[in-house]
Amino acid sequence: MRSATASRRATEPGDAVIPPRGATTALRSRPAATSRRPAWRLGCALAAAAVLLGLCGLAAGSEGWSFDWAAEWDLVSSIRAPRTLGALLAGALLGLAGAVAQGLFRNPLADPYLLGSATGAGLGVVLVLSIGSLGGSAFHAAADGLAQLGLVGAAFVGALAGVCLALVLARGAARPMVLLLAGVVVGILMAALSDLLMLISPQALRGRQVFLLGTTGFLGWGETRVLAATLVLALPVAVGFARALDALVLGEQSAASLGVHLPLVRLLLVAVMALCTGAAVAQTGLVSFVGLVAPHLVRRCVTVTHGALLVLSALAGGVLLQAADVAARVVVAPQELPVGVLTAVFGGAYLLVLLRRRTPA
Amino acid sequence: MTSACTTSVAPPLRATDLVVLRGMRRVVDGVSLSLRRGEWAAVVGPNGAGKSTLLSVLAGLCRPHSGSVWLHGAPMQQWTPRQRAQRLAWLSQQGEAEGEISVRDVVRIGRLPRHGLFGAITAQDEAAVEAALAETECIEYADRRLNEISGGERQRALIARALAGQSSVLLLDEPAAHLDAPHQRTLVRSLAARARAGAAVAVVMHDLTLALAADRLLVMSAGRLRADGPADDAVVRETLIETFGRAFSIERVGSGIGPRWVVLPAL
Repeated sequence: MRSATASRRATEPGDAVIPPRGATTALRSRPAATSRRPAWRLGCALAAAAVLLGLCGLAAGSEGWSFDWAAEWDLVSSIRAPRTLGALLAGALLGLAGAVAQGLFRNPLADPYLLGSATGAGLGVVLVLSIGSLGGSAFHAAADGLAQLGLVGAAFVGALAGVCLALVLARGAARPMVLLLAGVVVGILMAALSDLLMLISPQALRGRQVFLLGTTGFLGWGETRVLAATLVLALPVAVGFARALDALVLGEQSAASLGVHLPLVRLLLVAVMALCTGAAVAQTGLVSFVGLVAPHLVRRCVTVTHGALLVLSALAGGVLLQAADVAARVVVAPQELPVGVLTAVFGGAYLLVLLRRRTPA
Repeated sequence: MTSACTTSVAPPLRATDLVVLRGMRRVVDGVSLSLRRGEWAAVVGPNGAGKSTLLSVLAGLCRPHSGSVWLHGAPMQQWTPRQRAQRLAWLSQQGEAEGEISVRDVVRIGRLPRHGLFGAITAQDEAAVEAALAETECIEYADRRLNEISGGERQRALIARALAGQSSVLLLDEPAAHLDAPHQRTLVRSLAARARAGAAVAVVMHDLTLALAADRLLVMSAGRLRADGPADDAVVRETLIETFGRAFSIERVGSGIGPRWVVLPAL
């Protein structure tokens, strides 16, 4: 599909021939028109999908679809509305974090959980759940503190701590390869630590499982507000530094030669990534593949620079999680599937399809 | 006022006693040179002579172990990265550029030092991008993605990126790689044109016949600058042959346009 549009564009009259001087105004206005329009179109389509899925989200309940919102206003306004909006926002955070990660590490397979934020969040949750049974009066103060933090707070702090630890181990974000390795090391370490804690207090196992499975069921207005605040904070910063990500397309050294202060830019964008992922993981658990797939989906449809890619990936991520949320509610109603399971199945399948298409027969 | 005077008099790029160590090896060993306005220089030498390292030190991308680089009369460290990038463009060898952005957007990145990360993109920026696309004959595929075009097309896009910044110093590492003969000619012509327009150009080249068309040859081997001068200088030519182990001879060929030096492999 993509190559078809590309070749069609290349054979458009006036494109193949270099126009003489005097035609520069036409040249100047054309590329903007041709390269921007599809991005706008995709943006509008995604926004429309978000609205449509939002309406579905308001209507999807454990007893099937119900559009008589006036009759069950309490249910709709206090449960379905925040949940639907929260799914959109959490998905948007993951999509944004995924696009930032893929640009920053110059790797289309980079994932928002790359730097140890997932296992960090898991460790946070396990710590809170198991600290009581660890016993010893020495732990009481810590236990009280952690209990006040709550599971959500602990997951958020854990995710950020994981990324910070990776940054410390890699001595900053100057060398992305080292940072990636540090992220892997942190992931393994923290997973091992959670396993150890769960051996000591087995009841933490189930709690962690439920929390990290990835579910939109816990999203209330409070959680939605936190997600919205994170997105409002992170999106402008990420989009602001989008041109640095564009420069990184040329390679590390070329970006540096263009005057981009890479260590600073990288640190800022890693912070954005950690914040987005931490907030999303804390509120919805481990929702896999949304962050990885959303940017791929956008790049399949349009050829854009990072400014548009980040915004569209956020939108796409939001729409994906919204769709998964609605599906989770209706597929086996009145039971409910964890969204994490759904996104893993569909995301994995989509990536497989992508892989097969990319490999020439 | 005084600073304005010195910058106008000083050569765009000057280096003194550059030494770069890689482990125990002196990759660049005591190189001093200055690039002048209006001149394009070809950096030539066998593999591993230190050409690319020299170029990246000149571009301010890595610090030399000793020695110093001066850009427009001021030490390289005194320029902020963006100020440096506005004056100096560097093209990496074997572009590691990879991604799904369009060729036109790649060339637009070349304007980054001008408008900065947050500045508005002006009509002047867009005009420079279109001019660079035309100069390297990329317009035809400007809307295609970087990962959908051939190696030579990609190289031309990256050259266009380096040209789009309209900087006063151009340091290009093997820009002729992957280019077919017509586009090599286009490249050499636009390098010469940039130099005539007042830029200082230094280009690493492996095609010696193309390099001999340069205003000046910088012959390197084992990290040292062995010769520095025009191809018309017999000593420079002799050093060049010597440096490459007498694998070729250099002959003078007269044609309609004027006499030229060509390389004849000694088979």
